[in-house]
Amino acid sequence: MKENNITRGKVTGVIANLVMVDVDGPVSQNEICYINLEGVRLMAEVIKVFEKRAYIQVFESTRGLKVGTDVEFTRGMLEVTLGPGILSRNYDGLQHDLNKMDGVFLKRGDYTAALDDKKKWTFKPLAKKGDQVLAGDWLGEVNENEQPHKIMVPFKFEGKYKVKSVADEGEYTVNDEIAVLTDGKNNEVPVTMVQKWPVKIPIKTYRNKPRPFKLLETGVRTMDTLNPIVEGGTGFIPGPFGSGKTVLQHAISKQAEADIVVVAACGERANEVVEIFAEFPEIDDPRTGRKLMERTTIIANTSNMPVAAREASVYTAMTLSEYYRAMGLKVLLLADSTSRWAQALREMSNRMEELPGPDAFPMDLPAIISNFYSRAGFVYLNNGESGSITFIGTVSPAGGNLKEPVTESTKKAARCFYALSQQRADSKRYPAIDPIDSYSKYIEYPELQDYIKEKISDTWVDNVMLVKNILIRGKEASEQINILGDDGVPISYHVDFWKSEVIDFIILQQDAFDPIDRSCPMPRQKYMLDKVLDVYNTEFEFESFEEVNPYFKRIINELKQMNYSEFESEQFKRHEKELYYIIDEKKSK
Amino acid sequence: METKAFQKIYTKITQITKATCSLNAEGVGYEELASVNGRLAQVVKIQGQNVTLQIFGGTEGIPSNAEVTFYGRPPVIKVSDDLAGRFFNSFGLPIDGGPEVEGDEREIGGPSVNPVRREQPSELIATGIAGIDLNNTLVTGQKIPFFADPDQPFNEVMAMVALRAKADKIILGGMGLTNDDYLYFKNVFDNAGALDRIVSFVNTTEDPPVERLLVPDMALTAAEYFAVDKNENVLVLLTDMTLYADALSIVSNRMDQIPSKDSMPGSLYSDLAKLYEKAVQFPEGGSITIIAVTTLSGGDITHAIPDNTGYITEGQLFLRRDTEIGKVIVDPFRSLSRLKQLVIGKKTREDHPQVMNTAVRLYADAANARTKLENGFDLTDYDERTLKFAKEYSNKLLAIDVNIDTDTMLNTGWELFSDNFTQAEVGIRKEMTDKYWPRKK
Ligand SMILES: Nc1ncnc2c1ncn2[C@@H]1O[C@H](COP(=O)(O)OP(=O)(O)OP(=O)(O)O)[C@@H](O)[C@H]1O
Ligand SMILES: [Mg+2]
Repeated sequence: MKENNITRGKVTGVIANLVMVDVDGPVSQNEICYINLEGVRLMAEVIKVFEKRAYIQVFESTRGLKVGTDVEFTRGMLEVTLGPGILSRNYDGLQHDLNKMDGVFLKRGDYTAALDDKKKWTFKPLAKKGDQVLAGDWLGEVNENEQPHKIMVPFKFEGKYKVKSVADEGEYTVNDEIAVLTDGKNNEVPVTMVQKWPVKIPIKTYRNKPRPFKLLETGVRTMDTLNPIVEGGTGFIPGPFGSGKTVLQHAISKQAEADIVVVAACGERANEVVEIFAEFPEIDDPRTGRKLMERTTIIANTSNMPVAAREASVYTAMTLSEYYRAMGLKVLLLADSTSRWAQALREMSNRMEELPGPDAFPMDLPAIISNFYSRAGFVYLNNGESGSITFIGTVSPAGGNLKEPVTESTKKAARCFYALSQQRADSKRYPAIDPIDSYSKYIEYPELQDYIKEKISDTWVDNVMLVKNILIRGKEASEQINILGDDGVPISYHVDFWKSEVIDFIILQQDAFDPIDRSCPMPRQKYMLDKVLDVYNTEFEFESFEEVNPYFKRIINELKQMNYSEFESEQFKRHEKELYYIIDEKKSK
Repeated sequence: METKAFQKIYTKITQITKATCSLNAEGVGYEELASVNGRLAQVVKIQGQNVTLQIFGGTEGIPSNAEVTFYGRPPVIKVSDDLAGRFFNSFGLPIDGGPEVEGDEREIGGPSVNPVRREQPSELIATGIAGIDLNNTLVTGQKIPFFADPDQPFNEVMAMVALRAKADKIILGGMGLTNDDYLYFKNVFDNAGALDRIVSFVNTTEDPPVERLLVPDMALTAAEYFAVDKNENVLVLLTDMTLYADALSIVSNRMDQIPSKDSMPGSLYSDLAKLYEKAVQFPEGGSITIIAVTTLSGGDITHAIPDNTGYITEGQLFLRRDTEIGKVIVDPFRSLSRLKQLVIGKKTREDHPQVMNTAVRLYADAANARTKLENGFDLTDYDERTLKFAKEYSNKLLAIDVNIDTDTMLNTGWELFSDNFTQAEVGIRKEMTDKYWPRKK
């Protein structure tokens, strides 16, 4: 590209991070440009064009910016750099490596490289000379933190290519040539281990995207047992502040059965990201024995970082996830909180004086949210392998009221709904997922039901439905007791209520900070569900309602001790035995 | 802040609103300071030649031919050890009769800390108040507000916490403080012999409201000086953040921005987060802890100000008058310290988490029993016991006049459990009960 072909412009107005620029040539929507503020280059994105004027959102503070300042356009959209070395990194919302930045404080325009271009990777060829290949097909692989990282035909390549040569097994840096392809017109195109991709455009190099059907184990009982999410599924967690969204997401990120975890901290607290920085390098991944950090990438755009980059951060995270999915890996993407992203859109839309939709959010918010969620999913690649992105976002509804645009739009897009209840959080019944309001649409999928029958048990789905009924019945019983009084209802109401409390305390509640209780693998979940159903299926006899509460407290206590004990340990078995003694005491003969 | 001689003077104002004025000017930088007839102002919008200024002192009496000069820089504060013991207004000018402070000039509202350069907070702040130390333990580097109705003694509790916290510096940012409250803080700090480690930036109810917008940034920039340059533990007190947010809405409404919930600007979350996120633990040992006050109206925490605050801060401390015991308590239901799990059971005794959770759960049972009672139902024996427990718990642990160490709080908890309940009813992990359940005489 010739220097004089580049579009340039001059700043004509500044309102916070919205900047108006008069341009001397063509510009496109979402094009990236740089403002030259006294030698510091500030990155920005075009968000509206009106005649010769481009409206750009700056990913930095605009303090000190003056009218007349030079702006240079790049012709490209916001892109991420894809290649080996993304795992274990901490990026900002625009994929700059936070660890490579100097100093304690963030500096404007300190744009560090996403990948290490010095590191040598051991490359193993997978394709061979003469192979026909399409974008996304695997040419070779390197070992990235013990994960096979595929080097693919760049996603931007259109149509069919033929492999002319592939590098031999050996040590290469990301920028070394590892293959040469020829296109339909016999032009030779060299390929390295790095490619770029615009974040706002989905990577679609897969063959097809069936309905997801495999259970994705999270180790959180109230999710896996009651409202399971699937590999390639979508879910969201709305809840008022302090109800446990972040703790729940962190638990999922530590325990879920995923190959790769991408965490997008989007407009939330820096200390929560620091918690991940501090813990993940220490915690073992139970499935591989390696450290959690080795399978994790963090995109941190905390609430004090520039607002425009907050919007970009979720797209950056999604694109990195799509990259790993194309390698046939199981990716789990978590974003906390998608409401902050929506608010960033609102701030911008207000500054541009666009016609506002409900609660001053932009009119197209529902479309933006559903487009984003639709990028998740389970896919079959061209070579028949499968990969998935499971996406779980949190939503922070204003005033805790779920009738607001972000929650409502997300509800239409996501298939699992994990509603956190203020009341449960207040009474420390964590995780505060409301068992009755929440749902998983997947449990209705015959594909998933078949999968569960094969992997867990024939009766599992029926048992789960039963548990939901017991909970509803328990709630009704407790309402009746509250209206009519303890002695105004038959004793059976108390029993119904307490049977549902057993499920609440033993299955629903789970202490995220207890070393044993915090993660509950599927076999153990099944075992415990059988136990509480044993209690449920027992007919008890009580003289008076006053006996019911203390009796069930004892049952709950033994079951809880089981939750706190190592599975099938001596201690576990002792409490189990004690449980059956207690059950026998009041069992009707 | 004197103007410089060579500066260009503008005298043609094109528009005046309640908080802003506009004029045509050249070479002006965004967020630059200006003076309008001697009143301090800041650039909030540039459109071609037209520059909009937010006037901190308000626009009353500003004529359309007011003299406007630009400073060529954003607001700054001069920092040095001489800040200690001094009282300043929103602009950083002394209000205690002392001389202006000499030192390094720092821009206020500067950049944020790179998250990977932060340290995970891990130092407990002991206050002696069990409603805080036992249930809502504070940690250095944390940010947490008091949510309280205006008639509650939040400033008193905050001053008490500040003095017991053993901070190297306490920085008070007062926004819309009544003169009485200002004098109260001055007195308490003075009586405690702590004045030499206090720095205050005060905007009182007598000052124009928009001036308040500078106070938190002044206080936090001073805090960064002590925490970064001097590796000190700094405690920043911000009261009342509701009045700060009100000032934000005045300015944004004047600029014709579309308000979102409760007439607050759509950027309220980001505006508040930028301040609160200055709370940090640095690896070199310095820290900034923020304790703020957000007053509520009629206890409504769904209003945009407390709501956005709750989403930003690491918990909140809720004060409530317990009519049963006639004292103000730290409400165990609605209060929360998010960072407590970093220290409880680690820096404190192992049984801390379980004692804390169990007590709150039993207190919730008592609340249910009370509802039953109010609805005219008979109470069970268990209900009666929870009520008795709740009263003792309130008196011995939740009341803000409690001043004991954490082990004593935990022992008191166990006493209350064993006085009122069986081990099965309490349901704590067996290893713990075996070890701590008081042996009956
Ligand atoms: N599963 C759990 N076990 C024990 N404690 C929990 C659990 N979940 C949440 N908590 C408690 O609740 C607090 C708040 O949780 P969390 O930070 O996840 O809330 P949040 O919904 O993300 O709030 P915000 O919207 O303000 O970010 C935690 O600090 C912890 O004390
Ligand atoms: Mg959170």
